[in-house]
Amino acid sequence: MKIKKWFGFILLFTFTLSAEAKPVHVAVAANFSKTMQTLVTEFEKTSDFQIALSFGSSGKFYAQIKQGAPYELFFSADQVKPEALQKDGLVMAGSRFTYAIGRLAVWSARPDFANQIETKLKEGSFNKLAIANPKLAPYGAATLDVLRHLALIAATQSKWVRGENIAQTYQFVSSGNADLGFVALSQLIGRNKVEEGSYWVVPDTMHHAIKQDVVLLMGAGQSLGAKAFLDFIHTEQAQHIILQNGYITSDRLNSEQGT
Amino acid sequence: MILSDGDMATIWLTLRLATTVTILLLILATPLAWWLARTHSWFKGPISAIVALPLVLPPTVLGFYLLLAMGPNGVIGQFTQALGLGTLPFTFWGLVVASMVYSMPFVVQPIQNAIEAIGNRPLEAAATLGASPMDRFFTVVLPLAKPGFMTATILGFAHTVGEFGIVLMIGGSIPNETRVVSVQIYDHVEALEYAQAHALSGVMIVFSFVVLLMLYTFQRKRKAVGMTYGR
Repeated sequence: MKIKKWFGFILLFTFTLSAEAKPVHVAVAANFSKTMQTLVTEFEKTSDFQIALSFGSSGKFYAQIKQGAPYELFFSADQVKPEALQKDGLVMAGSRFTYAIGRLAVWSARPDFANQIETKLKEGSFNKLAIANPKLAPYGAATLDVLRHLALIAATQSKWVRGENIAQTYQFVSSGNADLGFVALSQLIGRNKVEEGSYWVVPDTMHHAIKQDVVLLMGAGQSLGAKAFLDFIHTEQAQHIILQNGYITSDRLNSEQGT
Repeated sequence: MILSDGDMATIWLTLRLATTVTILLLILATPLAWWLARTHSWFKGPISAIVALPLVLPPTVLGFYLLLAMGPNGVIGQFTQALGLGTLPFTFWGLVVASMVYSMPFVVQPIQNAIEAIGNRPLEAAATLGASPMDRFFTVVLPLAKPGFMTATILGFAHTVGEFGIVLMIGGSIPNETRVVSVQIYDHVEALEYAQAHALSGVMIVFSFVVLLMLYTFQRKRKAVGMTYGR
């Protein structure tokens, strides 16, 4: 009898909680975390919906969503995982679109490397080159494109240290363990200032576009909040914030390419 | 075989790392455990706490601070550079040092417990028979504390094999240098290569089970033997 009573209490408690305004659960690729926080702050100024953010690697989110994780929106770091989810039938039809296109930068925390990053890279005068693991991170795959374009693969390969994601690559450079590193431009300019060192923005003609897609997941059901937030991402205001944080937006890319 | 050459390389590297770490830890931990077991010094508490710290700290936190400390601007980094060794992150020996910190409590504590269990009497008896301190250690302590050393060896080895967070932070995933099995499994999962991840994880599970089975079979025997020695 006692157990039943407790069970009832717990049930009651759970339902009372869920009766409150439910936040929209959003899974966000780590490279987009700072930009996303700015976006959410802007969104919540004009909306009653609350956004609950989870940051992590796209690969982990993919595995979790397949196993029924309660996310309503998924901002991936690439196009592969949203496409795969779409094939798995876990995505609302017609919701997928490219919310941002990443830019690469070569960054050094060393003061004496200031304004000569590109030269140092090409000369090979550095101890280690931090890159995101090309197998896992879209920024890593793009880094390989750049090194291939510059014909630096063979010359630099022995100096590569691989971060599991772009945040770890950033750490390798900021802790001074690697003289140079290929990181996301958004990691450098999203802050109020670059803490230390300097960077060279890699021309985006040197690598395939790092397109990042968002999808509305089946788990969202009829959630109005998730739709409202996705609509917000389409607005000019949101696109402007994304641009300011070191990404290209897909409208911009299309107009540049004249399509 | 589903395991690729890359997977096999990570297995060998992991075994090499765990073996190196275990041997070095046994050499380092034995005097430390001896001292902790016998001392009445005021330092016993603080030193024990420091040895046990890795049990509490999240590995990624430990790894992050090791990355900073071993880096060119860190305390350890400055020291290794002064010795002309360069810096430790992204090297095999960097992983060895980090793993030693991380697995230290698993090696020190079983040895310490075993030595404490022996007590003073056998040692005093040996001393009255004219055994030197060295003699006493090799002919009395080592044989009596053998189960403790076995447990320490197995736990230290197994714990190093299972290590992930620290290696992830300071390793840089360099093939044949710092890319160990646990990192390889993580890479497979992140890259959505689930079949390879399953295969390698399968190997890990079988290995871990065998190691733990050895440990517990050994401990059962040890209890039976232990009965014959009073405190």
